[in-house]
Amino acid sequence: MSDTLILSARWAKPNSAALSTYRADGGYGALDKALGMDPSAIVDEVKKSNLRGRGGAGFATGLKWTFLPKDVRPRYLTVNADESEPGTFKDRYIIELDPHQLIEGIALTCYALDIHLAYVYIRGEFAKQARILEAAIEEARQAGVIGTKLLGKKDFDLDIHVHRGAGAYICGEESALLESLEGKKGYPRLKPPFPAVVGLWGKPTIINNVETIANVPWIVQHGGDAFMALGAGKSGGTRLFGVSGHVNRPGVYEKNCDYNLKKLIMEDAGGIVGGRKLKAVIPGGSSSPVLAAHEIDISMEFDAVKAAGSMSGSGGVIVFDESACMVRALARLSRFYAEESCGQCTPCREGTNWMEGILHKLEGGHGSAEDVAKLEQVANSIAGNTICALGDAAAMPVQSFVKKFKPEFLAHAELRRCPCGDTGWGITQAPRDAVAGPVRYAR
Amino acid sequence: MTNHAGGVEGLPREKVEQFDRELAPILKRYPPDRKASAMIPALRLGQALFGHISPAVQLLAAERLGTSPSRAEEVATFYVMLETHPTGKHLVELCTNVSCSLMGGDQLWSYLKQKLALAKAGTSADDRYTLREVECLGSCGTAPAMLVDEEMYEQLTPQKVDAILGGLK
Repeated sequence: MSDTLILSARWAKPNSAALSTYRADGGYGALDKALGMDPSAIVDEVKKSNLRGRGGAGFATGLKWTFLPKDVRPRYLTVNADESEPGTFKDRYIIELDPHQLIEGIALTCYALDIHLAYVYIRGEFAKQARILEAAIEEARQAGVIGTKLLGKKDFDLDIHVHRGAGAYICGEESALLESLEGKKGYPRLKPPFPAVVGLWGKPTIINNVETIANVPWIVQHGGDAFMALGAGKSGGTRLFGVSGHVNRPGVYEKNCDYNLKKLIMEDAGGIVGGRKLKAVIPGGSSSPVLAAHEIDISMEFDAVKAAGSMSGSGGVIVFDESACMVRALARLSRFYAEESCGQCTPCREGTNWMEGILHKLEGGHGSAEDVAKLEQVANSIAGNTICALGDAAAMPVQSFVKKFKPEFLAHAELRRCPCGDTGWGITQAPRDAVAGPVRYAR
Repeated sequence: MTNHAGGVEGLPREKVEQFDRELAPILKRYPPDRKASAMIPALRLGQALFGHISPAVQLLAAERLGTSPSRAEEVATFYVMLETHPTGKHLVELCTNVSCSLMGGDQLWSYLKQKLALAKAGTSADDRYTLREVECLGSCGTAPAMLVDEEMYEQLTPQKVDAILGGLK
């Protein structure tokens, strides 16, 4: 297993966010190289690399870039830093610990696609990260890395701005993000047309996740083939996997994108806390269908997780040990979707509230077996019937939790109480350190 | 329909002037014909200066951005970090989503309610704190986490919560 680190290599360096640190490590070398390349050659390398969207959908980045209509200008780039999917906490570290890698990725993407204005849409709760990124952009501007020339040598206007959101999960959905960036509430748009054709202010717009864009400098520097060699199937490169919940070493781990999920949890993240047994794993952010303990010996490559009935999604891995009540976990997740549904589509607006209500009832020992059946029925009525993917995202956990842990749901109904107790949800159970790549956060 | 009684004229003049001064550099981030894009930052600025985003503040933002008051109201009421009603002096927002509650978020929620003498989410009797549960803060590895006045605190324990709240002005 190769140990190539593309994204977290500099995180442990002193002043890792400074331009000087980045430059001392060869930073902006890819941009320098790119200035001698035809812009279309950059797009070709990204296509070859099989870089797939790291926000969750896993769409081929190079292919997305080719959807831009040839003759329409201006075009815009928006970088999605709205990281809000429960269990996902990776983009924040790229911004916090190595913002210039993201900025170089933005500059390369803009140069490749003839884009002169880019926005980073960052969730409002990341105030510190927004400050760090704004300071890094200003530093790059002052140093002449961006502005009216790239690296002070190539005439190319480039402005990058940070746009802070204000607390809305839905704004991570690309078309809701655009609405929000236009100064509106975050209602997703009907697609097609896709943003690459009709995007920000009606103009062609590329929307990529932070981690996706942060990979571009390495791809330009080392070539698309080298990036692909780190992955498998149709997925190239490494990924930042965030492991949280009942593990001994929660945190962010950079691994090749086909890394084994069981190994990630049991070896890298130190296994299950307190020597207890594993019960369940959400592999790719809260929306991805849950896996039972015996289902986790799989590659995290996008298509492999799909074949296993779930999604590699955002790489946010949530681990539950045997003490965790699955009804309680699902009830909390369903409350999240009910809270965050934007209200535009009836099945999602009403259905998420129904699911939350039923689960609250079951959790409190007031539900029946019929409620369990109704829960599945409501979830099935939301899925596929909404403008954006939030409806599906709310339905998938419900469908999978009930399917895989049905006896536990029925036991809540029969016993008229939770049979699990709350030992798994304690504050005193495990004072443990966390990591972000090579950085350690002692508790 | 929101009642904009009093309107922008009802706001303290010096604060409106400060609003305009601080809005100017924000507007430079957007093309001149796309000023309305600055609605979230404009309302956030209004919240910082006027305490909360009252109908008059919504009207002010809408006027300066050349858009309708209904657009300002739509945004002010959609996003959870935009406050359309007065809050306590300090805003304490604890994440109780799954990764945080697996690490004790629910117990911290009980602890905070007890500490601030609140039966549920709300503002303390002395108007010093507004306490709320919030959704995932993107701090799952370093859970549990909370925001206090929009700054993130992680790997929380009751002792750490005491120290953080004790250090506030």
